[in-house]
Amino acid sequence: MVHFSAEEKTAVTSLWGKVNVEEAGGEALGRLLVVYPWTQRFFDNFGNLSSASAIMGNPKVKAHGKKVLTSFGDAIKNMDNLKGVFAKLSELHCDKLHVDPENFRLLGNVLVIILASHFGKEFTPGVQAAWQKLVAGVATALAHKYH
Amino acid sequence: MVLSAADRAAVRALWRKLGSNVGIYATEALERTFTAFPTTKTYFAHFDLSPGSAQVKAHGNKVADALTTAVAHMDDLPGALSALSDLHAHQLRVDPINFKFLGHCLLVTLARHYPGDFGPAMHASLDKFLSHVISALASSYG
Repeated sequence: MVHFSAEEKTAVTSLWGKVNVEEAGGEALGRLLVVYPWTQRFFDNFGNLSSASAIMGNPKVKAHGKKVLTSFGDAIKNMDNLKGVFAKLSELHCDKLHVDPENFRLLGNVLVIILASHFGKEFTPGVQAAWQKLVAGVATALAHKYH
Repeated sequence: MVLSAADRAAVRALWRKLGSNVGIYATEALERTFTAFPTTKTYFAHFDLSPGSAQVKAHGNKVADALTTAVAHMDDLPGALSALSDLHAHQLRVDPINFKFLGHCLLVTLARHYPGDFGPAMHASLDKFLSHVISALASSYG
């Protein structure tokens, strides 16, 4: 089980309060699909994914990105019980969606990069470290129910 | 994943923009790697790893020079980096997973300092370039 210190929790929640979940979600998922094109395999029915600009402007990508990041928000409210928070989603991603958990790590790192570009000076090494711990914890929790 | 002409052009253009600051950014990337991925510190037990360390800065400059060499030789990364690959594989014996951590922290650093230049297409080109560098660095491993 991942444990977060009070400092780490503050580093995460104080930044999260300033994140536009809809925008950041769309950007994170979009960049995942652009930078790691094989991830597009999970989104065949999303329409036009033929170029970076098509992907970033695709309304289904934006909507799904928002869904994904909203889930992250739930995790942040329950950082001491990530496995509990993601139990159902873990089953879904394994049994129905058949997503390789490596993709959760990729998305987590993309999110960290986006936060760095938005928050610049505020995104100190210590803040980054707390976020890396969180995204790793989320990825592990999402993979927990795989069998 | 081949480095397309567009990828190479994007990386070269960004590198020109970084100019003489590559050392500063490589040093920051190293600091971030040590903080966010503490297992990487095991290779630097002999270093002062406190913020502002002169040793980390010197090492950052070494990494910067290697990356600049890589940018200048994108057509033959294994060739250009073969000596460094031998060094990391046979003398330093660094587990290659750590190259990915440093690569990621370099992307974080560049995204922080050049958010306007770090759109999705540039992000993709840089990520590909770093993957190729990492492959080349790992090429001497047994």
